[in-house]
Amino acid sequence: MQKTRHIKPVRFIVEVGILVVIFTLVQYLISAGLLNQYYQINLASICINIILAVSLNLINGFTGQLSLGHAGFMAVGAYASVIMTNYMELPFIVGIAAACLAAALAGFIIGVPTLRLRGDYLAIATLGFGEIIRVVLQNIDYVGGPAGIMGISKMTTWPWLFASVVVTLVVIVNLINSSYGRAIISVREDEIAAELMGVNTTKYKVLAFVVGAMFAGLAGALYAHYFYIIKPETFNFLKSFDILVMVVLGGLGSTTGAVIAAIFITVLTAALQSFPAIRMILYAVILIMVMIYRPQGLMGNRELGRRTFGKVFGSLWGEEK
Amino acid sequence: MQEFLQQMVNGLSLGAIYALIALGYTMVYGIIMLINFAHGDIMMVGAYIGFFAVAVLGTNIFVAMALAMVTCAVLGVVIEKVAYKPLRNSTRIAALITAIGVSLFLEYTTIFFLTPNQRVYPAEAFPVTNYHVMGLTLSSKDIFVFVSAVVLMIILQYIIKRTKTGKAMRAVSLDKEAAMLMGINVDKTISITFAIGSALAAAAGVMMGIYYNSINPLMGIIPGLKAFVAAVLGGIGIVPGAMVGGFVMGILETLVSGYGSSLYRDAVAFGVLIIILLIKPTGLFGKNTGEKV
Amino acid sequence: MRIRRKVSMVVLMLFVLSIVAGCSQGGDNGSAQQGDTIKVGINTELSGAVASYGTNAANGALLAIEEINAAGGVLGKQLEPLQRDCKSVADEAMSVSAALVGEGIVAQIGPLTSGNVAGSTRVMMENQIPLLAPAATAVNVTVDEKTNKVRDFIFRVCYLDSDQGRRMANFALEDLGVKTAAIYGSTSDDYATGLAKYFKEEFTSKGGTIVAEEGFVNGDKDFRATLTKIKNANPEFIYVPGYYTEVAVLIKQAREMGITCPIGGGDGWDSPDMVSVAGAEALNNTFFTNHYSVEDPDPAIQKFVEAYKAKYNKLPDSFAALGYDAARLLADAIERAGEADPIKIKEALEATKDFPGITGKMSMDENHNPVKNIVVIEYKDGNLISR
Repeated sequence: MQKTRHIKPVRFIVEVGILVVIFTLVQYLISAGLLNQYYQINLASICINIILAVSLNLINGFTGQLSLGHAGFMAVGAYASVIMTNYMELPFIVGIAAACLAAALAGFIIGVPTLRLRGDYLAIATLGFGEIIRVVLQNIDYVGGPAGIMGISKMTTWPWLFASVVVTLVVIVNLINSSYGRAIISVREDEIAAELMGVNTTKYKVLAFVVGAMFAGLAGALYAHYFYIIKPETFNFLKSFDILVMVVLGGLGSTTGAVIAAIFITVLTAALQSFPAIRMILYAVILIMVMIYRPQGLMGNRELGRRTFGKVFGSLWGEEK
Repeated sequence: MQEFLQQMVNGLSLGAIYALIALGYTMVYGIIMLINFAHGDIMMVGAYIGFFAVAVLGTNIFVAMALAMVTCAVLGVVIEKVAYKPLRNSTRIAALITAIGVSLFLEYTTIFFLTPNQRVYPAEAFPVTNYHVMGLTLSSKDIFVFVSAVVLMIILQYIIKRTKTGKAMRAVSLDKEAAMLMGINVDKTISITFAIGSALAAAAGVMMGIYYNSINPLMGIIPGLKAFVAAVLGGIGIVPGAMVGGFVMGILETLVSGYGSSLYRDAVAFGVLIIILLIKPTGLFGKNTGEKV
Repeated sequence: MRIRRKVSMVVLMLFVLSIVAGCSQGGDNGSAQQGDTIKVGINTELSGAVASYGTNAANGALLAIEEINAAGGVLGKQLEPLQRDCKSVADEAMSVSAALVGEGIVAQIGPLTSGNVAGSTRVMMENQIPLLAPAATAVNVTVDEKTNKVRDFIFRVCYLDSDQGRRMANFALEDLGVKTAAIYGSTSDDYATGLAKYFKEEFTSKGGTIVAEEGFVNGDKDFRATLTKIKNANPEFIYVPGYYTEVAVLIKQAREMGITCPIGGGDGWDSPDMVSVAGAEALNNTFFTNHYSVEDPDPAIQKFVEAYKAKYNKLPDSFAALGYDAARLLADAIERAGEADPIKIKEALEATKDFPGITGKMSMDENHNPVKNIVVIEYKDGNLISR
């Protein structure tokens, strides 16, 4: 990887410092019992959703490949990790590793043939694969069939969640800022021009797809070991839509946007629990309103606190042709 | 052999319903490149309007269907004006999310007003008689669904191929700017497309109500998805493609349940779709336009 | 442009407001006994795939609470139902439970499906607050399968899958005298797969043969392809575990195709919609295991059916009845506990003996499963006949 990013040492230290402070603060709040269970659960949801949104954003936002099968990879990760921890009784780290590997492998197997497709055809193909994963899981008795697996030990703790989010962000942001990242973005901007410039577009598309899938697998592992039960139905195409909503709401191609949107959506969902009757109507109206008045998402394609990202790219789905 | 023929009969009427829904998907896509995920829910609204027409107003089934089609045509136009039109010049993925929003809105507004419980089409709405032809069981429902779907498709073909409106629709879907320069009212044409597509969905909704008797606010999700698959299968944006795609989907599903395992039916449907896309990336009827730079 | 910006600000404000609303919700830990009401959480599926089950059960529970309050409440206090939606997903069920616990509930009713109850389970166990599952039928809802330990605070008011599946198998073999059967059940939930599993076990162990085994997915509307296949296997009996939403259509199609053999199922069939969807004639020669019959002349049952109909303008289904019983059993337990303390309520629930529910007289066994009668009900010209 070329070293093109100018890391200012001071800034780096400050950033790490902020992370440490956040981590310790929350850890303190949890161990001192100041953060009640409700907040803890929502915090876990937020972290998991951040990982999902940021990783899908790599595929949809930065690479410009519309994928609607993210929940499928999450399912692969969830099941792989639970097989390791619950069935084989191996430590959580093995489960996480298995989840990442299995999901990345699934991403590779699915990505290589389908990424030749474009636009909406790719979307439907990935959606199809996501559903196939679900149907297959539903038919495997070893993992509980439609009932899924119940009674998974709670291994996802705040340190795991925090570390996973940080690793996801660091890996994906660095990937985007590397020469690989520029190749990936060039695919989105203009696939033909990129190809003409000697970029092996298939390779970079598959790379982004595999990395995205891998982190979805990680999110799946964290999910399974926090929420006690997994079943195929949890990972249906509507779940993929939920993740896509976060990405688009945050702004395609904005990692900070994806993070913010993941937090927004999770908190919004939780807040609407108390309005059972109109909950989904409100959610839908907010979704439509945001899209009408801010179609580029909350952040557009800018990053919070990083000007350099600014002006580069135009909108991506608008100018196909 | 007899079983096979019976399965084909089953598949054809299922396919007719898919085809009707797929047509709306494909028309909307052809004209504004939007995957209208709310389309299945418009079908659901159609089914409900048909239900109220039959059960409350006591109309006969054809009046109910006409009423549902008209109301949904209006609904489709309103949705287009309110939710999609402001997004016509922004990214397509934003429009897609809006469509998901509209879909949720329709589902849950219906749940809010009419509860999530299913409703039952009154049996007298459509008296069923079974015909036995050469050992096959044909019900009047099968015939009704198949015939009215085919009639609607013929009317649609006529509109698209033989009328001025149809010509305008084709022109807009080919090149919006050029059409505008030619003096075609693009907004109006898009509205008409939504109206026709939604009306077809409403007809499909009423058919589902008659065919399966029960309707519920979430009934649109799965057929909507399958019809979308059917549309892509045929080549999205291509009207005959959607018809063929719908029938292929219906027959395929029936055959998989009939001869394979019904548990894998959905997986096989998607599997075939993916294989077809890999061989012919633009669907069965899709033209390979090549890349425009 | 400026207007747009303003509107987007409004939208953002909406977001902020909803966050504030969300934050103000979770606080207030463990103030169960304070105040002059007893808070009961109702955490059911009001949106998402199984919204209709959750809504009906919640309706039943709310009706029961209303009646109890009208009769003077429990221990001189009114019950205050806190109704929340878990969106038909397990993670949401967990988060809802945590929120309810934060608001000081003494017990929770719901969710409906075993999977969503499992989502709630950990929170309820950790906070030692009883959960009454109206319709979660999987064995491991109340018992940890690995350690065989009972989950202390989880109770159910419905039967186990095993009881119902076995009952129908015996009924088919002995009362109907059939030797071969086909199974065609829902595969989307553990309820139906559980029923199918135990039916098969019992049926084959007592000398019956399963000639075909097929499945459908919840939401399916077209069963003719598989039915054609089953028809050719020529079974004497078809077992169709699943919910009425699919089963009614399935039976109708089966009869239309000329399948005349007896068809059986479980309590998921119980709904007034069965007759209206499938038609009285198609339902002849069908049987299902259930808790009670809405046509049972028992005054308690008739009172419930009338009250439910008056309030919701619809006949109750089994979810509504189970939700109603869950709330009444809870009120009874609080009364017996003598105070609205979750642990005492749990002990009272464990000690439940011969509680006269709508869905049968129930006593809790050591695994927190109610012991109650299973009746087999036959449809005859649209009427329900207890066998």
